[in-house]
Amino acid sequence: MKNVAADSPEKQIEIPREALPETARRLVSEGFDNLHCITAVDKKDDIELIYTFYSMDKHACVTVKTRLPLDDLNIESLANLRRSADWLEREVYDLFGVKFLNHPNLKRILNPDDWDVHPLRKDFSSPDLIKKPKS
Amino acid sequence: MAVIEKIPASGLIEKFPGGGIVLTTGESVLKWSKASSLWPLTFGLACCAFEMIAAGASRFDIDRFGAGVFRASPRQCDVMIVAGTICIKMGDCMKRLYAQMPEPKYVIAMGNCAVSGGIFYHDTYSVVKGTESLGIPVDVHIPGCPPRPENLLFGLMKLQEKIRNEKRGR
Repeated sequence: MKNVAADSPEKQIEIPREALPETARRLVSEGFDNLHCITAVDKKDDIELIYTFYSMDKHACVTVKTRLPLDDLNIESLANLRRSADWLEREVYDLFGVKFLNHPNLKRILNPDDWDVHPLRKDFSSPDLIKKPKS
Repeated sequence: MAVIEKIPASGLIEKFPGGGIVLTTGESVLKWSKASSLWPLTFGLACCAFEMIAAGASRFDIDRFGAGVFRASPRQCDVMIVAGTICIKMGDCMKRLYAQMPEPKYVIAMGNCAVSGGIFYHDTYSVVKGTESLGIPVDVHIPGCPPRPENLLFGLMKLQEKIRNEKRGR
């Protein structure tokens, strides 16, 4: 576990993906029991997952980041640990195609169910998508 | 005479001189009544819907033009005010609602999103590029982001004008 920005008010932790369930469990037991955001960034070579844990008592955030290579987008789900992870993980699955293992109901949350594309990926393209001309 | 010219139906109805009889044609009365009681569908998609709601409330009062009876069922409606961004999932619902409306039916595309996709025209994966790209014919386009309630009322008056000048057979 390495601290990326120790002096910033928001703590950031970068971890390998195997360490996620254990890290989350420890953060929850330390009082960071509000998992209020899961999001992702497409970095072209891999996808960075960002989990934000919040502590109501300490008024502090901890951001946990982990990277998944594009050819193996699987990570353990936190839905059994925190209920809020259920829909947040479904959203990340919908937009980035990250598979959350042992998720109770992993299906699309916003986009039409019959889509097989993940629109926030950098390689996304569709005939309906009109690119903004470079000016 | 100048005052009478401002009354919308004054050109359709002719007063019999000296008597209590008025002469008109059935079609004129039909058009006049159609234009004067447009019942819109309660149908707001995004932020333009708030301008539509404001137009329906007392300050702007869309009831003055006979279009204040927002119906909750498409089967009782004459006009669909498409107020807001149309998402791909909502597009199917819109086509269905339009099909459920009885003839004669009219569509007002309110705001840039309903006209052409607006600010969501480029680089979006989930927004339909305007009402007409769904195959729904639009009678009045009202640009603006969002248009003021006055613009909606002006569009409504344009639609009434269109209905009054309709040729037979629609």
